[in-house]
Amino acid sequence: MTSPASEIALIKSDVRADKVVPPTGHTAHLTVLASAAMAFLAVFAIALSFAVNRLADRWEAELAGTATVRVSAPAGQIEAQTQAALRALGQTPGVTDARALTDEEQRGLLEPWFGPDLPVDALPLPRLIEFREVAPGFDATGLRLRLEAEAPGAVLDDHTRWRAPLVRAAERLRTLGVLSVGIIGIVVAALITLAASAALASNRQVIEVLRLIGATDTYIARAFVRRFTLRAMLGALIGTAAGMAAVAVLPATQEAGGFLTGLGLQGPEWAAPLVLPAIIGLLAFVATRAAAFRALRELR
Amino acid sequence: MLRKTRTGSGVIELQAVEYGYGSGTLLRDVSLTLPAGSFHFLTGPSGAGKTTLLKLCYLELMATAGHVTVFGQDARRLDRTGIALARQKIGVVHQDCQFLDHLSVADNIALPLTVSGRDDAARRKDVVDLLAWTGLTERAEARPPELSGGERQRAALARAVVVSPDVILADEPTGNIDWEMSLRLLQLLVELNRLGKAILIATHDLNLIRQAKSHVSARVLRLRAGRLEAGGADL
Repeated sequence: MTSPASEIALIKSDVRADKVVPPTGHTAHLTVLASAAMAFLAVFAIALSFAVNRLADRWEAELAGTATVRVSAPAGQIEAQTQAALRALGQTPGVTDARALTDEEQRGLLEPWFGPDLPVDALPLPRLIEFREVAPGFDATGLRLRLEAEAPGAVLDDHTRWRAPLVRAAERLRTLGVLSVGIIGIVVAALITLAASAALASNRQVIEVLRLIGATDTYIARAFVRRFTLRAMLGALIGTAAGMAAVAVLPATQEAGGFLTGLGLQGPEWAAPLVLPAIIGLLAFVATRAAAFRALRELR
Repeated sequence: MLRKTRTGSGVIELQAVEYGYGSGTLLRDVSLTLPAGSFHFLTGPSGAGKTTLLKLCYLELMATAGHVTVFGQDARRLDRTGIALARQKIGVVHQDCQFLDHLSVADNIALPLTVSGRDDAARRKDVVDLLAWTGLTERAEARPPELSGGERQRAALARAVVVSPDVILADEPTGNIDWEMSLRLLQLLVELNRLGKAILIATHDLNLIRQAKSHVSARVLRLRAGRLEAGGADL
C-alpha cells in the first residue's frame, strides 16, 4: 500500500529521474496511437449517446402531446356518445383541440391495411376522437372515470402503451452508448497495460541496476508511469481533436434523414469530449501504476 | 568529496546465518561483523558462496536461517522501501559491473544521487571530483559500452562511493583487469577505508590481498564447505 505522497511522487516531474529509463520507441508509438484511436471512437460514442438522448426526448414529446378517445357503441348510440365524449373533453383542463375524425380520415388510417375501397359506412368501426394535451397535462384517471359515466363506449388511449416500449428502446440505446464508452476505457487500460508491461520487461536490466543502487519501487515506477500517462494523454488529445473535427463535418439534422443526420453534437454537448484526454490520462496512470508495481513485485 | 564515516556508526552483522536453495545448503552458521573502518577480504574457491554472502549483506538475498542486521535493523523486518533505503548506504561493486548504457559515464556515476534525491549542483561537483579521482575525467561523456574493463571497474567504484556510503562491498573487483589497474583500484579502496568506510572484498586474488595487507590492517576470511573461517595466516 502506498501513501498519497507516493501517488503524487509517481506523477511529479523529475527530468533526471525520467532519463533513467531509456526511450522505448515502439511502445511509445503504440501508446499514442492506441489512445488516439480510442479517443476518436469515444467521441463518436459520446455523440451517439447525445443523439439517442435527443431522439428519446423527441419521441416522448411527440407521443405525449397527443391522445385519442375511441368510441365503440351500437350504430344508434355512437353519435350521441361521441358528442358526450367531446363535451367531457372540452371541459377537461389540459385538453385542447378535441375533434372527431371524419370518415375520410378514418379511411385514410385504415387504407394501408384494407386498401382504398374500404366501405367505412358499412363497417361497425369505432369513432376516433383526437385531442392535444397542453400544460400542465390532464388527469387521465379522472377523465376515464368521467367518460365511463357519460359515454360508456368511450375508451381513452393516452399512448402510454405505445410510448413505453419506444422510451425503453431509447434508454437501451443510451445505455449502449455509455457501455461503448466504458468498453473503450477498458480497451485503453488493457493496451496501455500491455505496452507498459512490455517496456518494463525489456528494461529488466535497468531495473536491476536501479535497485542495486537503492532506488525504491516508487522511484522506478515513476519513470514508467509518467511516461505512459503523458503519452496516453497526448494520443487522447490528438484522437479527441480528430473525432470532434469528424463529428463537426457530419451532415446537419434533416427531417428526411431522421436519426442518422442527427448524430452530431449540439451546443454545450461539445464540452463533453473535452474531458476525454484527462480521463484517458487517468486510466493510463492507474493501469501503468498497477502494471509497474506488479512487475516490480515479480522482479525480486 | 568523500565524507568521513563517523566511528561507531551502523555496520552489517551476520549471526549464525544459513543460506540454502532447493535441497542444498550453501552457507552454514556464518557469523560476520563489519564495523566502521574495517577492511575484510573474503576468499574461497569458486562456488564457495562468496557472492551469496555479499548478496546477503546488501539484502539481495534473505538468509534462510540466522539473523542479518543492517545499520541496526533486522533485515527480515525491512520492507522493500526499507531495503532500498538501506542500499543507499551500501556501495556495491560487481565483477560484471552493470551500467545504464543510454546514460553517460558521469550520469551513471551520479545515478545513486539521482535516485536518493540528492542530485544537486554541489553533489554534481562531487561527481566531477570522483571522475578525477578515478582517472575518468576524459571519459565523462562516454557511454559505458565504450569503456575498457578497468575503466568500467573504476566507474563502478565511483558510482558505489558517490553517496559516501558507510560500507563498500566489492565482488571480484579486479577480476577483469590487469595487475597495474588492480593496484590502482586497491589504492582507491584503501583511501576509502582511511575515511572510515567498512570494506569487504570478495576475491581469490591472493597477490591483491598480500598487497593490501602491506598498506592496511586487513582481516582475511575464507569460505570453506559453506563455513566462514579466518584465513589470513598463510598470507
